[in-house]
Amino acid sequence: MEPSAEKLMWMYETMLLIREYEETMANVYLEGKLPPNIQKGLAFDIGSGPVPGEMHLAAGQEPVAVGVCAHLRKEDTVVGTHRPHHFAIAKGVPVDAMTAEMFGKATGLGHGKGGHMHLFDPEHKFSCSGIVGASLPPACGAALAAKKMGKDWVAVAFFGEGAANQGTFHEALNLAALWSLPAIFVCEDNKYAISVEKSESTAIHSDADRAAAYGIPGVAVAKNDALEVYEAAGEAVARARKGGGPTLIEVKTDRYMGHFQGDAEVYRPKGEVGELRKNDPIPSLGKHLRARGILDDGKDAAIREKVHGLVQKSYEFARQSAYPEPREALQHVFV
Amino acid sequence: MTTARKLTMAQAISEAIGQEMERDPKVFAMGEDIARYGGIFGATGGLLERFGKERIMDTPISESAFIGAATGAAAEGMRPIAELMFVDFFGVCMDQIYNHLAKNTYMSGGKVRLPVVLMTAIGGGYNDAAQHSQCLYGLFAHVPGLKIVVPSNAYDAKGLMIQAIRDDNPVMYFFHKGIMGLPWMAYYEGSSNEVPQEAYTVPFGQARIAREGKDVTIVALSQMVQKALLAAAELEKEGIGTEVVDLRTLVPLDVEAVVRSVKKTGRLLVADEDYLNFGLTGEIAALIAERLDQISLKSPIRRLGVPGVPIPYSRPLEQFIIPQVKSIADACRGMMRGKVAQPA
Ligand SMILES: Cc1ncc(C[n+]2csc(CCOP(=O)(O)OP(=O)(O)O)c2C)c(N)n1
Ligand SMILES: [Mg+2]
Repeated sequence: MEPSAEKLMWMYETMLLIREYEETMANVYLEGKLPPNIQKGLAFDIGSGPVPGEMHLAAGQEPVAVGVCAHLRKEDTVVGTHRPHHFAIAKGVPVDAMTAEMFGKATGLGHGKGGHMHLFDPEHKFSCSGIVGASLPPACGAALAAKKMGKDWVAVAFFGEGAANQGTFHEALNLAALWSLPAIFVCEDNKYAISVEKSESTAIHSDADRAAAYGIPGVAVAKNDALEVYEAAGEAVARARKGGGPTLIEVKTDRYMGHFQGDAEVYRPKGEVGELRKNDPIPSLGKHLRARGILDDGKDAAIREKVHGLVQKSYEFARQSAYPEPREALQHVFV
Repeated sequence: MTTARKLTMAQAISEAIGQEMERDPKVFAMGEDIARYGGIFGATGGLLERFGKERIMDTPISESAFIGAATGAAAEGMRPIAELMFVDFFGVCMDQIYNHLAKNTYMSGGKVRLPVVLMTAIGGGYNDAAQHSQCLYGLFAHVPGLKIVVPSNAYDAKGLMIQAIRDDNPVMYFFHKGIMGLPWMAYYEGSSNEVPQEAYTVPFGQARIAREGKDVTIVALSQMVQKALLAAAELEKEGIGTEVVDLRTLVPLDVEAVVRSVKKTGRLLVADEDYLNFGLTGEIAALIAERLDQISLKSPIRRLGVPGVPIPYSRPLEQFIIPQVKSIADACRGMMRGKVAQPA
């Protein structure tokens, strides 16, 4: 199923936006965290600077987010992970408010209460969690609600290959299969769960094989490629909308950065990332667009300029926004 | 001859585990990223190289499975150490902890021995938000059947870890990230101190008087001890003598040490980074309240803890809800002006 020209352009632009967003964050995150302006003796201070705390970036994993979200409507639900920016951007979460959240500002998605791993945007039906494996059950719930309300909405849970060893994965797949829920479970196999390689944590090679245990379709996308993900997700989403039940999709993807920023990546062979970057999915999609005759140098430059502007504007917005008042910490426990 | 060097708490913990692994082949460790990475917070640093991956085992992200497996292996006579990376993740494996690890000894009439150490990282202060910043030792202390260890410094950390490994009961061992002495997170330097090379134990249920004083007692543990000591140094300049009681273990709890100190000072502040409601602060306050026939207070008991809110991400919000050196000192100053009601 070849995407329309419009979809292709959206995928390309969104991948560029995600990439630039993450690369910008990698730099901004370092502000204030390095010597000499931190405690003496430290090499890095995770709690300093305008964006403190952990930071998990998804550069390289763009195809998973855009290939799936290209099929989604505003009413469809997406539940992401501790590495959530690419999913959020592809689902249409406004980058201004998302960035402000990571700066801890009052204009952020959660008034600064949630932070990078806990982005909630009910308007765009996006949420995520810092707990590994937590995305699948709520996606079942969203799918169940759609079914009960008689809507043809679907719910997508994204999760890493590490999360597929969590109990919630198995419980959710069985539940979704049993109740024939309009859910799509998308596993990002980026080979690592922090430092632990998949071969050291998982008894089987492909998580797609686990679908058989629950009698649902399992699809393995072997290449970190937006078009291949688009194809697999298209079938799954169409099946779910028609009442055909859930699908498990596994995508072999690549993590270009550390598990979190500041990760010395002692567990990763030197040069691995360089090799992975040779198969960068963004230029390869660009090439496809050019072959289709819908992209040329002029258009490419214009898209890149637009994306750059969006990213700059969102970080500027976040910086300029005010912090919440300390006492606001006491609000929002209940509504 | 003892040879002591200054160690960080992370170094002290991994040294303790290494020494016990040398001493007893039944000791082994399991957890996420504990092998090649050495533990996200360094508690198993350098151990893979010495003991190999049969004894320093990276696990899948399957906390129910490997923590439950620790219980099962212990019942067979092994002495497992399991690491739950952040205490906040207990949610995915609590059943294995509180319905099994904590209860099997009792339900078996004492026949089942479970020498498990479950160690875990706690604490906030570096903006890791609601799912990665809690303390929660109060929750585990609430459940019968788990010994609860919460060190404040490297010396205690080593001795308490060795004691924990040698104990025939389940022990939960909580290390605060902000005193581990990591090269990537600001920490309270008082937590790095002189640690003997040799193996030694620090017994459970013996609080440490971290500082003597005559006017106010601060009861604390973990990082809050370091904050209390800094507050005490401030207060000293104003002529207020502060006694800091470091509980070291919650289960068993050294009630006598707390009572002794409050008898002396007549003023009690419990400073805690765990949730204020229904937890450690209330427990300690109640123990004193129950003994007001022996203790005369000069000021009402004060409690500091995280008010009933999850830990917010944003820096000004987080700083506001976690008790800081200044709020501890202010509370003590207030108590110096406090009065208790006199019987009519
Ligand atoms: C229940 C739980 N256990 C452990 C962690 C710590 N942790 C955070 S991310 C991560 C690795 C996740 O790997 P994977 O699912 O493959 O996602 P990736 O980071 O590769 O995107 C771990 C172990 C957690 N957040 N939650
Ligand atoms: Mg992974």
